[in-house]
Amino acid sequence: MRRAESLLLRIAVYGAVGLTLAVLGLLMLEILRQGLPRLSWDLFAWSYSSENQSMLPALVNTLTMTVLALAMAVPVGVLSAVYMVEYAHRGNRFVRVIRAFTETLAAIPSVVYGLFGLLLFVGRLHWGYSLLSGALTLAIMILPVIMRTSEEALQAVPDAWREGGFGLGAGKLRTVFRIVLPPALPGIFSGILLSAGRIIGETTALIYTAGTVAQIAGLRQSGRTLSVHIFALWNEGLAQGEAYATAAVLLVLTLGLPALSARLSRRSGHGGGKRR
Amino acid sequence: MRRGQTFERLMQTVFFLCACVAVASVILICIFLFSGGAPALKEIGVLRFLTGRRWEPGRETFGVLTMIAGSFAVTLGAVLLGVPVGILTAVYLSFFCPPKLRRVLRPAVDLLAGIPSVVYGFFGLTVLVPAVRRLFGGSGYSVLAVSAVLAIMILPTVVSVSESSLSAVGDGYYEGARALGAGHERSVFRVMLPAARSGISAAVTLGLGRAIGESMAVVMVAGNQAIFPKSLLVGTRTLTSNIVLEMGYAADLHADALIATGVVLFVIVMLNNLIFALLRRRRMKK
Repeated sequence: MRRAESLLLRIAVYGAVGLTLAVLGLLMLEILRQGLPRLSWDLFAWSYSSENQSMLPALVNTLTMTVLALAMAVPVGVLSAVYMVEYAHRGNRFVRVIRAFTETLAAIPSVVYGLFGLLLFVGRLHWGYSLLSGALTLAIMILPVIMRTSEEALQAVPDAWREGGFGLGAGKLRTVFRIVLPPALPGIFSGILLSAGRIIGETTALIYTAGTVAQIAGLRQSGRTLSVHIFALWNEGLAQGEAYATAAVLLVLTLGLPALSARLSRRSGHGGGKRR
Repeated sequence: MRRGQTFERLMQTVFFLCACVAVASVILICIFLFSGGAPALKEIGVLRFLTGRRWEPGRETFGVLTMIAGSFAVTLGAVLLGVPVGILTAVYLSFFCPPKLRRVLRPAVDLLAGIPSVVYGFFGLTVLVPAVRRLFGGSGYSVLAVSAVLAIMILPTVVSVSESSLSAVGDGYYEGARALGAGHERSVFRVMLPAARSGISAAVTLGLGRAIGESMAVVMVAGNQAIFPKSLLVGTRTLTSNIVLEMGYAADLHADALIATGVVLFVIVMLNNLIFALLRRRRMKK
């Protein structure tokens, strides 16, 4: 009887793991198998046209969007982590409030971010559909990720190092920037790469903020990113092959970034190596 | 010396202001969302909006009940399909997996959590929808297909969080169970799994939140008819896909009604988040 129960449980466990691996493996294989052969130089032509759905404009916009959103979110996120870890007293009520709000921010669905960006940046501030509107929306969206990873990285630096800094007569600010931040950098950096992955993969929050125009866009112009490009191709109901090819590129990009981040934090060992 | 101190004080204020940005963002989002949705809710009436079964922008009839039902149906389906598999996979990683394999699989699961939802949606569109069509007939765009896509999408999250909480259970529990004569499987399922209960329920809540808030993976496979999800094989429309589909051309009351749809979604997600916070508080107390 007991043997039967053990056997059943064992079958369930192995079945589940088989199913998980099979499904996720199938997903990646299918996208790559269908997408990679459809890649051609034409898909990387300078401009998009209805005959040639080039993904290059979208690729360039993705890059611009990532840099813009990170440039806005990283300083704010890292400095607020510095406040939370280095300046606020532990168990401070205000710290708990900020944490609660940060968690709320992390839970908001991307479609709500999209609506918010549409109402505030596109509408109220009259920036229109533009990379700027999209980037600000995404900057708010990734802020919780940057804050959490930076806080973890700072917390992993031993207190003795801070005491050493004070003991040598350095002020608080100097201690933070010269002694605590450097070993925390790899951890912070892996958080940045994680956020970059989210920016690259985001679609819904961008459709109604950055818009869907297939052009290499400036700050105040509408432009689609790679993810939005897939959505737009689907929405127009044409060019499934090109959508496959774009999905493959997107998959490689988004899987490559966290892998890079893991390697970085492993190599540095200290600070960034802390596991959740 | 004094100048240094002023500078220290100044920088501390800067840090503090940065920390306030997250708080300010949440408040701003609430203000804009609620004030954007309020006119429609006032004109249509909150109760009529929530319990109306018809969504006909042409006739200025707006009711989101079918979409609330749609959102709950696909989320429930995703949880039923994804969570047992996810938890069992986490059990495998924690207790059945050779360490060498584990070192490969554990980071791989985290990697998979980063796949964009539009890729999941595209996979659903090109693989799952035809599969449902072949197996069960109909168009394939269905509650079942959406549930399956969402189940796959939340799988990495559920596995990752469950695995962390299983690994956090002290070895003493397992050794104690073995010492009392329980076999490996029995110790794992009767002792370790219950001990990690609150962490695992947090994993489920997190997956649930992702599923109910997901739009891109849903819109591509749902068929998007605003009808009541009476069967697994009919198409459906969720709160999220309603917004994504129509916001592009909506104006006036229609646009306001879509923002109000966002408000409903926001409230549901916040309730889910609250449950998550309460679960974690209980775990911390233990």
